[in-house]
Amino acid sequence: FPGLADVSISQDIPVEGEITVPVGSHSPDEDYSTLDEPVKDTIMRDLKAVGKKFVHVMYPRKSSTLLRDWDLWGPLVLCVSLALMLQGGSADSKDDGGPQFAEVFVIIWFGAVVITLNSKLLGGTISFFQSLCVLGYCVMPLTVAMLVCRLVLLAGAGTVSFIIRLIVVGAMFGWSTLASTAFLADSQPPNRKALVVYPIFLFYFVISWMILTFTPQ
Amino acid sequence: SACLVMYLFAEFDDAAHLLAANPDATTISIDEPVEIPKNQHSRLQEPGREEDDELLGTDDSDKTELLAGQKKSAPFWTFEYYQTFFDVDTYQVLDRIKGSVFPVPGKNFVRLYIRSNPDLYGPFWICATLVFTIAVSGNLSNFFIHLGKPTYHYVPEFRKVSIAATTIYAYAWLVPLALWGFLMWRNSKVMNIVSYSFLEIVCVYGYSLFIYIPTAILWIIPQKVVRWVLVVFSLCLSGSVLVMTFWPAVRDDNRRIAVATVATILLLHALLAVGCLAYFFDAPELDIPAPIIPAHNGTTVITKSH
Repeated sequence: FPGLADVSISQDIPVEGEITVPVGSHSPDEDYSTLDEPVKDTIMRDLKAVGKKFVHVMYPRKSSTLLRDWDLWGPLVLCVSLALMLQGGSADSKDDGGPQFAEVFVIIWFGAVVITLNSKLLGGTISFFQSLCVLGYCVMPLTVAMLVCRLVLLAGAGTVSFIIRLIVVGAMFGWSTLASTAFLADSQPPNRKALVVYPIFLFYFVISWMILTFTPQ
Repeated sequence: SACLVMYLFAEFDDAAHLLAANPDATTISIDEPVEIPKNQHSRLQEPGREEDDELLGTDDSDKTELLAGQKKSAPFWTFEYYQTFFDVDTYQVLDRIKGSVFPVPGKNFVRLYIRSNPDLYGPFWICATLVFTIAVSGNLSNFFIHLGKPTYHYVPEFRKVSIAATTIYAYAWLVPLALWGFLMWRNSKVMNIVSYSFLEIVCVYGYSLFIYIPTAILWIIPQKVVRWVLVVFSLCLSGSVLVMTFWPAVRDDNRRIAVATVATILLLHALLAVGCLAYFFDAPELDIPAPIIPAHNGTTVITKSH
């Protein structure tokens, strides 16, 4: 290196200047900067995520986004609305009526937890909250069925209305089961799929039964 | 004693050499239970005595206990420990259900199907299904019985689900616990050849409840005769599974205690069936207030309605 032969620093030369690292607006760690965004953006982002998942349940395809970005807002909203709509079905004596709000809530959440534990114990690779998320979102067709049932019951409570309700609830029950199976089946060991799918079937059957037997006072 | 030790080593050496040369050979261990891999279990018996051994479980009872204890080696506070109770495939669960519904005379359910791999999947989900089946069938049956009566208003009777759940889960867990405790106590007094672990007893009880699921569905039919025939039939099937499982465990005991134990098992099983039928399903000839018709000679005649 001939050019460096005569470089020597004999005295202290102050080095000053500015060091700035330009932070671009599209840097990969954008998440860290969500603290400064307006609240509307935050809410809209979460709402969009929830809405996207509802669309996924409507047209069930094997998609990993539903599983990866789980959230429990959708299941909470669905569960609360379903439990509220199942109110008002009590009979003369408290013992013989339909399920109370707390009972519906407990059945849905406790049932989802038990099914998740069951699939994990059988060797499933899905995470706990992802499974809760899927099971909760797939209650959506049944919530729609409950809405339809209440509307049909407003028109009358005869045999025709019962047949309509039966068909609607049956179709939605099948849709829920198929949707949740489509999302959850891949993460199960291959020779135990039926063992995992059956409790899901039982879970949605019980919810469907609660919806079908709802009789307003 | 050194000579004895040398002799024992020589014996073991010979046996090891023989086994290495011919892995399918039948080996008989004398003193300590030798660890035998699972796939050699079925070859340890001669074909002629297979049935007896299947029933008594004399072939591999203590080795089964050893293996059962070996499987659950993870500490009980880890998730893997509980995963060992769910180590079953679909076909195994279906086989066990089949074995509980079609009891083969002379075959022990535990030895034949469970084979030191008791699972909690079957008992838990069979009980869950039974709870909802009984509640739903009872509700449907009451609906059909009372349909058409002017004063009848349909109610979903949701409270009964929690009552059914409490009853059936209590039966499926507390009765095996009591039975296991009793058998352990008798084991300490009388040397029994066959002994079951607590999970195996829970397994047998859980799978034996499966027959009540189709029975509960058929109980919707509002005929008393049909219902009682169903009770007797299902009781015979599941009762025979229980008897064939537990008779070998008590037959070496005092004859009266053995008979009393088996009779209590059957009695509790029958009580569950009859209790569920009585509580969840209204009787077909339900008494609505019968109209009182004054007869010609002044006495009142009460007509019975069917």
